[in-house]
Amino acid sequence: MTPRARAVGVAAALAVALVLPLFVSNFRLFQFTQVGVYAIALLGLNVLTGYNGQISLGHGAFYALGAYTTAIMIDRWDVPYPLTIIAAGVLCLVAGFLFGIPALRLEGLYLALATFALALAIPQILKYFEHWTGGSQGIVLSKPNAPWGLKLSPDQWLYFVTLGVLVALFVLARNLLAGRTGRAIVAIRDNPIAAQAMGVNTALYKSLTFGVSAAYTGVAGGLSALVIAFVAPDAFNVFLSITLLVGIVIGGLASISGALFGALFIQFVPNWAQDISKAAPWAIYGVFLILFMYVMPRGIAGALRLALARAGRRGTGTRA
Amino acid sequence: MEIFFQQVVSGLATGGIYGSVALALVMIYQATDVVNYAQGEMAMFSTYIAWTLINAGVPYWWAFFGTLVISFVGGVLLERVIIRPVESAPILTIVIVCIGLLVILNSVAGWIYSYIQKPFPSPFPPKPIMLGTVVFGAHDLGAIGVTLVVLALLYAFFRFTTLGLAMRAAAQNPVSSRLCGIRVGWMLAIGWGLAAMVGAVAGMMVAPIVFLDPNMMAGILIYAFASATLGGFTSPGGAVVGGLIVGVIENLVGTYVHFIGTELKLTVALALILIVLVFKPSGLFGRATIHRV
Amino acid sequence: MALLEARGLQAQYGWTKVLHGIDFAVEEGGITTILGANGAGKTTTLRAVCGMVRTAGEIRFAGQRINGRATEDLVRLGIGHAPEGRGTFVNLTVEENLRLGAYARRGGGSVAQDLERVYGYFPVLAERKKQAGGTLSGGEQQMLAVARALMLRPRLLLLDEPSLGLAPLVVREILRIVRTINREERVSVLLVEQNAAVALGLADRAYLMETGRVVMSGPASELRQNDAIRRAYLGY
Repeated sequence: MTPRARAVGVAAALAVALVLPLFVSNFRLFQFTQVGVYAIALLGLNVLTGYNGQISLGHGAFYALGAYTTAIMIDRWDVPYPLTIIAAGVLCLVAGFLFGIPALRLEGLYLALATFALALAIPQILKYFEHWTGGSQGIVLSKPNAPWGLKLSPDQWLYFVTLGVLVALFVLARNLLAGRTGRAIVAIRDNPIAAQAMGVNTALYKSLTFGVSAAYTGVAGGLSALVIAFVAPDAFNVFLSITLLVGIVIGGLASISGALFGALFIQFVPNWAQDISKAAPWAIYGVFLILFMYVMPRGIAGALRLALARAGRRGTGTRA
Repeated sequence: MEIFFQQVVSGLATGGIYGSVALALVMIYQATDVVNYAQGEMAMFSTYIAWTLINAGVPYWWAFFGTLVISFVGGVLLERVIIRPVESAPILTIVIVCIGLLVILNSVAGWIYSYIQKPFPSPFPPKPIMLGTVVFGAHDLGAIGVTLVVLALLYAFFRFTTLGLAMRAAAQNPVSSRLCGIRVGWMLAIGWGLAAMVGAVAGMMVAPIVFLDPNMMAGILIYAFASATLGGFTSPGGAVVGGLIVGVIENLVGTYVHFIGTELKLTVALALILIVLVFKPSGLFGRATIHRV
Repeated sequence: MALLEARGLQAQYGWTKVLHGIDFAVEEGGITTILGANGAGKTTTLRAVCGMVRTAGEIRFAGQRINGRATEDLVRLGIGHAPEGRGTFVNLTVEENLRLGAYARRGGGSVAQDLERVYGYFPVLAERKKQAGGTLSGGEQQMLAVARALMLRPRLLLLDEPSLGLAPLVVREILRIVRTINREERVSVLLVEQNAAVALGLADRAYLMETGRVVMSGPASELRQNDAIRRAYLGY
């Protein structure tokens, strides 16, 4: 894809996102806010798994940590919500970095296993610290009103907050991945020994990537607590982690725009599928996971890029 | 002291089940380098098949063996159809496909059988058994017995039969195996079939204790991971011993360490996995793996 | 009549062509050797015979065309292969290694008898039968590879550089046994070797390969007398 085409695409997406609240109902808007939240989480997971090659089946744990950080800070100490989002990010950065240190010693399969165990264990842990987390009952929050006398409903305001955070974090990720750091991160995935030999501090990069990835997912978790105005342990079960995995696979591994496609998928497809049966969304997820691995291993983003490249070639061909 | 013994024995009973699932994981891992995340759901699905048969009036042991046959065929088919196309793909691809399988089996079971817990019969009498002054559940002892029989059969199969030998060979050196005329692909498929059977036994032994529902194996799977990790992913015997140790640890910790109790059971498994992986990644009985560059 | 015959045989790995159309034959009951330096395409030739690489051209075994057939099926026709690198199952015992050799065997008779037969040829393997294959020395592993191929009761035995990395005495011993097997059991042999001296001493027919082509062929005794071969490969 040419840089110009890409810039046009991004501008168009942004324009649509900005005017969207004028055209859709509050409930739809709430769903799109969720898409934004998921996109942030997926971007975080994709940095780790797609770009750096560390398989995490437990990112739901960081999402949960972020959500509970925000919820507890607001519920207990009345901390202003923007600060709690930042706190969620910072706390997950540290937690991810720390988890990343033992994870360094684990190769692909074992890391996947350890994180999978983390995903399975997290609801129990949340219930156990009942004093803080409210146990199975969870914590109920109220949605913040728009500041500065803006004439926006809380849902609309949260939509714009999420959009702002999303854009900022996407730009940050893009800059990070396009430069030296990004090359090091990808080199570690493709050939860890060669990367080490070329002087990349593999250990540091891997733990840092884990930290950054967890931070993104934690921010998303914090936002989700605000948007849904409720947290409860069973929302953060192993299937959340799998949902995130589904998102990056469908959207496109190692692709920034893939996070958006993936988020749209995991937000809307289950809703449609739910009409068939309660179990249907997961059956569909499973089938999509396997089919994508067979026929579209680079996800929607990869397939789009391919299609655009082909169209581009054909275009120049006829002109010549 | 009696409580202690009781806890140890019931720990061995569940430990045997963890060990069986761990063994199934290790068998597949050794043959194909795949950690089968769907192992637990395969066992759950097999147990539903047994439940269907029993509910249709089939006598227990007929249903039991019928389920084993169906599970074997199912396992072989899964390998041939789902896993084979990605056999030589990167780890991430294989993990994702296995997770896909997990999700499909889980939801299809929920779709067909609903998420409501169902009682599952035990083939053993409900009355407790006294050994000395200590009382044991007949099902606990029976589950240990069944697990041991399965292990002995598997051991004999791999040790003494030509097919078992060929399967070990295929896992170890596929190229040489082909030169001996062994159809390596089919050996892997049979390995999946056997693993599915072992999982089915574990499922049918655990279902009377935890009740049957589509999510019943999630907790067991994580314990099986812990068992396989503790025993070493390269050691089938180690996986079983690991399972027994983990089962006993789980029960003793639950009884005697009060701040953990039963509420943090899964966290114990997580901690165990992390500790083993960080301090002795090859496990108690495993070989350190060498990687070619 | 030729047991194995190749005409215009080509083989490739991915896009790289390694054999550019070679002709050779192994007579029923004969020993044929293919000589050549590293990279000449000798191992690829054997792989082509057992269906382990993509081929074009024609290979016939006992009159049937065998191109494109699976390795496992070719083994069942009676093609035993002691491969490059010896292919030992390092974690299995010597006896288990040998039993695997009999896995696809045709005909009746007990495996135990065949074990006795190959232990007769290689007494050292009998001594080590409970040991893991990986603990054997290089020479012993080469013997194991030949013995494993023999367990198939092959009609054709493919040997890939049995002399590689072994002491001359061990090489002589192994090849002496190969000759015995060839005479007593009427097993035809296709031997690829860098060591022209030992190979020409054993074979009745020889081919010389360079970069994927046969550049010279004839009775082994003739090639032994050839000046170019003497200078380049025999060193006298």
